[in-house]
Amino acid sequence: MVDATAIEIARAVNAREISAADLAGRALARIAERDGEIGAYLAVTGELARRHAERVDAAVRDGKSLPLAGVPLAIKDNMCLTGTPTTCASKILDGWIAPYTSTAVQRLLDAGAIPLGKTNLDEFAMGSSCENSALGKTANPWDRGRVPGGSSGGSVAAVAAGEATVATGSDTGGSIREPAAFCNVVGFKPTYGRVSRYGLIAFASSLDQIGPITKTVADAALVYDLMAGRDPMDATTVDLVPEPALPALRADLRGVRIGIVKEFGLEKLDPGVRAVYERAYADLQKLGADLVEVALPTADYGIATYYLIAPAECSSNLARFDGMRYGLRVEGADVGSTYERTRAAGFGDEVKRRILIGTYALSSGYYDAYYVRAQKARTLIADDFRRAFASCDAIACPAAASPAFEFNAKADPVSMYLMDYYTIPMSLAGLPSLSVPCGYVIPEGGRYPMPLGLELSGPLFAERSLLGIAHAYERATLHAQARAIPEIVAPVGAA
Amino acid sequence: MSATVESAAKPALLVNGVPYEVVMGIECHVELKTETKMFCGCRNVFGAEPNTNVCPVCLGMPGALPVPNEKAIELVVKAGLAFGAEIPAFSKFDRKNYFYPDMPKDYQISQFDMPLTQGGVVPFWLGDGTHGSCRLTRIHLEEDTGKSTHASHDGRIAGSTYSLVDFNRAGVPLMECVSEPDIRSGAQAVAFLESLKRTFVALGISDVKMEEGSLRCDVNLSLRPIGRAEYGTKTEIKNMNSFNSVGRAIESEVARQVAVLEGGGRIVQETRGWDEANGGTHSMRNKEEAHDYRYFPDPDLTPIEFASADVTRMRAELGTLPAEILTRLISSDKLRPEQAHQMVDSPGLFAYFSDVVERCGKPQAVVNFVLGDLSRLANESSTPVPESNVTPEALAELVGLVEAKTINSKTAKELLTRLWAKGGSPNAIVAAEGLGQVSDTGAIDAIVAEVLAANEKTAADYRAGKTKVLGFLVGQVMKQSRGTANPTLAEERLRALLDVCG
Repeated sequence: MVDATAIEIARAVNAREISAADLAGRALARIAERDGEIGAYLAVTGELARRHAERVDAAVRDGKSLPLAGVPLAIKDNMCLTGTPTTCASKILDGWIAPYTSTAVQRLLDAGAIPLGKTNLDEFAMGSSCENSALGKTANPWDRGRVPGGSSGGSVAAVAAGEATVATGSDTGGSIREPAAFCNVVGFKPTYGRVSRYGLIAFASSLDQIGPITKTVADAALVYDLMAGRDPMDATTVDLVPEPALPALRADLRGVRIGIVKEFGLEKLDPGVRAVYERAYADLQKLGADLVEVALPTADYGIATYYLIAPAECSSNLARFDGMRYGLRVEGADVGSTYERTRAAGFGDEVKRRILIGTYALSSGYYDAYYVRAQKARTLIADDFRRAFASCDAIACPAAASPAFEFNAKADPVSMYLMDYYTIPMSLAGLPSLSVPCGYVIPEGGRYPMPLGLELSGPLFAERSLLGIAHAYERATLHAQARAIPEIVAPVGAA
Repeated sequence: MSATVESAAKPALLVNGVPYEVVMGIECHVELKTETKMFCGCRNVFGAEPNTNVCPVCLGMPGALPVPNEKAIELVVKAGLAFGAEIPAFSKFDRKNYFYPDMPKDYQISQFDMPLTQGGVVPFWLGDGTHGSCRLTRIHLEEDTGKSTHASHDGRIAGSTYSLVDFNRAGVPLMECVSEPDIRSGAQAVAFLESLKRTFVALGISDVKMEEGSLRCDVNLSLRPIGRAEYGTKTEIKNMNSFNSVGRAIESEVARQVAVLEGGGRIVQETRGWDEANGGTHSMRNKEEAHDYRYFPDPDLTPIEFASADVTRMRAELGTLPAEILTRLISSDKLRPEQAHQMVDSPGLFAYFSDVVERCGKPQAVVNFVLGDLSRLANESSTPVPESNVTPEALAELVGLVEAKTINSKTAKELLTRLWAKGGSPNAIVAAEGLGQVSDTGAIDAIVAEVLAANEKTAADYRAGKTKVLGFLVGQVMKQSRGTANPTLAEERLRALLDVCG
């Protein structure tokens, strides 16, 4: 039952075929058994999980039906959950206990989800491999010598390894979609403003968005429907009542126009990877979709634009970690040196790098040349998408240019930044975008076939249609269920 | 453009014999009177137990987000409208980035290049009856910081072994009013501040209590030879805790700058703190230490847009402004500026005054009672005039009785004391007790005859040319009549009868 989908689990718990308490016990046992190998979790909240499970069972006994009754949930550790450590995988917050719960998480708990623990991430969600975590190493369940992707690496690894049924992720430039592709799960970033950011520790406020990480598109729709909607605690949530996506899932793509981006030509990719995406596009067509070519001429500026706006915002967002009120404090001779020592000891290299870039970009004399220009480029990128969506309902492209890479393979920061080439433009435009499993490739020098993800993106607030399209593709291809994870189910002899 | 002051009778400021002028602009921070803080639901109250009105948002906890207080935005727009400011259709919040322990997020949500209001003019009257004004540059909205108490001997962070921070104030809505450099004297500076205060209090925008820190102001001050267009190097003076200390700090800083210039020195651009105890300013930091605040639009908040209908509604809600009342009192009712200010600044007093004048006319007579005897009684009893037993109706009757010469001023004074204590109708009391002033010639003549009979020697003295004794005789008539005789008539009849009988 632990390996079932959220929809199946909730049905069984509501029907009292299995108790949430029993399920929570099994899920915690699974974590105990596997997480030593995977390292998905920074903290396991067993006691809390059992308390929630009892509450769910009591509610079900009272005749209530909860949409996520008993569903084991992993929470990315940049989201606050009252009474639990919330670290952002940073030494600067190590030991900090959140005094409140983020809105998105609260909505899932209210729906009956069982919080198993907090998952690893790149420090403050800055990274694409989870290697920037200061507090733990997460392995890709498909090949433990490889990264799970990032920044939501712990959450995708937990779902992929069967250590959680669903997980929350946050996506600023691809942090849900790229790791979902690397670990063969569904990762969905809704439209900016759809899901409350209250209680999500900010990296780049104008880009951050919470979304579900699940085994199936239907589960993603279920979780998204519960998380979405205006929150009075987040002024950037939109005042639109989202139409439920779960009932709109569809079986074919007849009458759907899928845009293939001219500038994202597959010829740049390795032949094996290229073949997977060619087949994915062909499968879309077989399902009845019309493939149309669309142009995103400014998408190439995505990474440059993103690496001005996101660092600028983070330089301000991360100022509060100063050792005065919470988290790490390294005493200095005076207040100024206490700030400096605390931040020097508390932040890792990538976080410092981005704070410095952002501080520079906002400095007097440089602001217009960098920040203002980047905002203009962002507008142009969004305009490109608006024009593209005039001729298509969704855009299909690779979620990443390659499958998961080995640890320490991207020592140069820019090579790591390029991992988000296909995900950043959608983030800058605020679009709903997801990654759905689309096949496997054996990387050069690799031991196992590694999964790849197809990225599907829609116009603003078109989550419902987008999830419907992704479901039709998933249902026809079933890449997520095509094969078992080798190292866990059938351990291969020690490498 | 300089302040439009309609009187130039000002002693010249001389620096090495050359006439100079003082040029000042003022920045005021005013805490808004809202139920809740600027970006969260915590209560906005002064004087609570430290760190009790706080939440994840105003403590800057990781992951917390600001949600703007619409009421605060409206109060700032009204503040601007009260001075004729322009309300741009579009405004936004920006982050001002700098580190300080009492600033929870290490940035302050403020407004940089698109404030809620732009322009406007603050009118004021000076004690000598002259009218002036100072242009506003802008009013913008921001959040207050927490309050630090540093352990060092001088209360500054440098040298403190520890500091205590109270975050109750963190996130309180704060509006910053920035003036143009139109102010030319300490008196104008104080009159400008009083005009702001009067307006903000009247509109319920703020309590404006300097002693509680709900108004804090910085003065930018420079000197220049009269006639020169460029400004001199300015200093910014901070830490004044009353309007009185604003005036004193300006005097002190002008004297310091004059001394520097006369000694052949140059003014250094710097921030100077006012020291109430020493009565002087000291250097706090200079221009080289100025921050780069790295302002940028706050991505957690959406832009603010106003429909012109909103602005029209808010303008209509302003009602009669204190400046309009002052103009009327001074120009039409001929009150002296300090009388008019007193009338407007004391809660409810102007409404009371208007009510009385509406009933009886005679604003001059009414103002003398209201600011004279009634205000004295109010001070003695700690009961405000409008809440006293003397109803506007009663005072109107009293003024009517005096104006009709039914009672004299002495009777009126006594009557007022009785009304203050017990209330009642002056007309009824005067009728019942026969307190009416006797203005009947026959009645007066009878008393005069009695007085002359009793004072034959004095009457003879008068007739012999010692006319100074007339005053004594008038006094005797008043005494005989228990104060009710009309003194003018008494004197007139005394003269007549003395002459006739002589």
